[in-house]
Amino acid sequence: MDPRKLRLGFLLATGAIALAFVLPIAPDALPLMARPYLKEIAGAAGLLFLLAAWFADNRATVVGLAGALLAATASLALLNDASVAGAAQAGFWMIVLASWLSVALSLVNLAALQKLRRRAQQAVNLAVPLLFGATAFYLWEVAVRGLGVPTVLLPPPSAAATRFFASLPTLAADFTQTFIRGVLIGYVIGCGAGLLVAILAHRYQFLARGLLPLGNFFSALPLVGVAPIMVMWFGFDWPSKAAVVVLVTFFPMLVNAIAGLSASGHIERDLMRSYAASPGQSLTKLYLPAALPFIFNALKINATLALIGAIVAEFFGTPTQGIGFRISTEAGRMAIDMVWAEIALAALAGMAFYGCVTLAERATTFWHPSYRT
Amino acid sequence: MTSSSLTLPARRATFFAARNAIVERYVPVATMVLALIAIWYVAAVAMNWALVRDAFEREETPYTVSDVLAGTMDAERPLLPAPHQVINAFVDGVFGYPPLAPRSLIYHSLVTLSATVLGFILGALFGIALALLIVHSRVLERSLLPWIICSQMVPVLALAPIFIVVLGAIGLQGLLPKSIISAYLCFFPIAIGMVKGFTSPDPLQIELMRTWSATSRQVLWKLRWPSAVPYLFASLKVAITISLVGAIVAELPTGGEAGIGARLLSGSYYGQTIQLWAALVAAAVLASALIGIVGLIERGVNSRMGAH
Repeated sequence: MDPRKLRLGFLLATGAIALAFVLPIAPDALPLMARPYLKEIAGAAGLLFLLAAWFADNRATVVGLAGALLAATASLALLNDASVAGAAQAGFWMIVLASWLSVALSLVNLAALQKLRRRAQQAVNLAVPLLFGATAFYLWEVAVRGLGVPTVLLPPPSAAATRFFASLPTLAADFTQTFIRGVLIGYVIGCGAGLLVAILAHRYQFLARGLLPLGNFFSALPLVGVAPIMVMWFGFDWPSKAAVVVLVTFFPMLVNAIAGLSASGHIERDLMRSYAASPGQSLTKLYLPAALPFIFNALKINATLALIGAIVAEFFGTPTQGIGFRISTEAGRMAIDMVWAEIALAALAGMAFYGCVTLAERATTFWHPSYRT
Repeated sequence: MTSSSLTLPARRATFFAARNAIVERYVPVATMVLALIAIWYVAAVAMNWALVRDAFEREETPYTVSDVLAGTMDAERPLLPAPHQVINAFVDGVFGYPPLAPRSLIYHSLVTLSATVLGFILGALFGIALALLIVHSRVLERSLLPWIICSQMVPVLALAPIFIVVLGAIGLQGLLPKSIISAYLCFFPIAIGMVKGFTSPDPLQIELMRTWSATSRQVLWKLRWPSAVPYLFASLKVAITISLVGAIVAELPTGGEAGIGARLLSGSYYGQTIQLWAALVAAAVLASALIGIVGLIERGVNSRMGAH
C-alpha cells in the first residue's frame, strides 16, 4: 500500500485516540484521563499508532495490530462500567474508530504482501480472514453493548458464547438428536442410494435417459416442503428427519454421479476393454475413480442441504430436543442468546462436516488437476 | 440409378433419425414418469389400506376387498393421497375459488411469489455488488470470500425464525422479513458465480484493454460484464429456486396467515393431507415457472448479444 496513505491513516488513528482523552465517554462516566490502567493502555495504543505512522511499511502492520489490540481491550474494559454501557458517547466511539481503522490498514497491508515463501503465504492466507472475522465480532459486540441494543433483538456475541458454554449438556443432546441421528443417517442413506441408482443408470442407458431430466427437475424443487408429510409418516422422532434428509440429498447425488460416471475418456474405456476387464472391474477401477470429483461435489452440496433439511423438519414436530426444536421454542420464549448459541452449534457442525468432506476429497482425488498445482 | 433414387433413402434415413431422436429423448422420460405414477398408486393403496379398513370396521358395515380398494382412492384424510386426488385438489384450489379468496392456491402462491421475487432481486443485487467488490479489491477477496463461504455452512434457514422475531420486534412485518431471508439464501450462488464470471476473461483480453489504456470502469462494462453474463444466468437459475425455498420456510414461524408455507403448516397441523400435497404441487409449479422465466430472459439476452 502507498506509504503516504498508510501514514495518513495511522495518524488519523492516533488523532482519534487523542480525541478520546478529551471528549466525554458517557454522560455520567469518569473521563478517560481519570481512569487508572485504562488511560495507560489507551495512551500506549496511541503511541503504537504513532510509531506505525512513522514506519509506514511492513513493520507498521505488526505495530498497528498491537495498537489495535490495546485499543480494543480499552474499549471492552470501558463497557464493563455500567455507566458507559448503553450510553456511550463520542469519546468511546473514537477508541473503537481508532481500533477499527488500524486493523483495516494492517489488513490491507498484510493482504498486499507478495512473493512470500509458501509457509508464510499460507499463514497470511489464514490470518487475513481470521483477523477480518475477529474485527467483525468485535464491532458487533461494541455496537450492541455501546448503543444498548436490547438483548432480545440482538445479543452481543459474548452473551451467546457464555450461554453456549453454560448449556453444553443441552447442546450436546440437541447435537446428538439432530446431527448424529437425523443428518448423518439420512445423509449416508440418501447419498448411498443416489450413488447406487446412478451406477444402475450407468449400466442401463435407458434408465439414465429417463432419470436425468427427472433428477434435474426434482433437485430444483423446494423439497424441504415434504417435511410435514415425512413427520406424518415416520413420527416425531429422528426417522422423519432422516427421511427428509434422504430425499433432499438423493437427487443432487444422482445427477452428479450420473455425470461423473460418464466422465472417463474413450481411450481409458477402450483400454479396459482390451484388458478384457469385467463390468465390475471397470466400474471399480475406472468409472468410480473418474467420477470421484463429481461425487465429492455432490457430497459437499449435500452436507449443507442435509443440515438445513433436518432443522426445517424439526419445525414440524419433534421430541423435546434437537437444534430446530430448541431454536423455535427459545425464540418463542425470547431467549435469543440461547437461539444464537444453537445457531453457533449448527454453524460449527456444518463447517466441521464440510471440512471433513473436503479433507476426504483431498485424500482421494489428489490426482485431479485442480489439486496438482 | 437416378439421382433421386440415390437421395431418397438418405432423406428417409434423416427422417427416421429425427424420429429416433424424439423417441430416444422422450420415451425413457415418459416411462419413468408412468412408472412413478404407478408406484404412487400402489403405495397409496398399501398405505391407506389399514386406515380405510379400520373405518369400515368401526362402522360395522360389511365390506369387500373392492370396497376398501375404492376407499383408498378417495379417502378424506389419507396417509398418502392418490395422484388424481392431488391433481383434483390442485385444480380446485387454482380454479375453484376467486383468485383472492383465502382458500385459493393462486392467492397463497402470489403471497409467496412476491416475497420470493423481492428477495431474489435484493439477493441478486447484493450478490453482484459483493462480486464487484471482491473482484476489484485484493483485501476483500482475501478476507471476505472465506467468510461468505462460511456463511453458507451456517444452516441459514435456522435463522429464519429469529429473523422474523427480531424484525417483528422492531416493527417490520409482512413481506420484507421473508424477502430478507430469501435474499440471504440466494445471494451466495450469485456472488460466487459472478466472481467466477468477472474473472473469466482471458488475461490476453485484459492486457489488450490495458494497451488501449481503458479505465477499470471501461474494462468492467466492455469486457468483464459481457463475459460474466453466462455465469450470471446459470447462478440466477440456482438462486431463484433457493429464494423460493427461503420464502416458503420463512412463512413457517409466522404462524401461518398466508402463503404456500402457511398452507403446508396448517395442512400438517390439521391432518389435511390433500391440501398439503396440493400446496407442494403449487410450489413445484411455481419453481418450474420461475426457472422457465429466467431461461426465457436468458435466451432473449443471448440473442440480443448476438449468440445463436
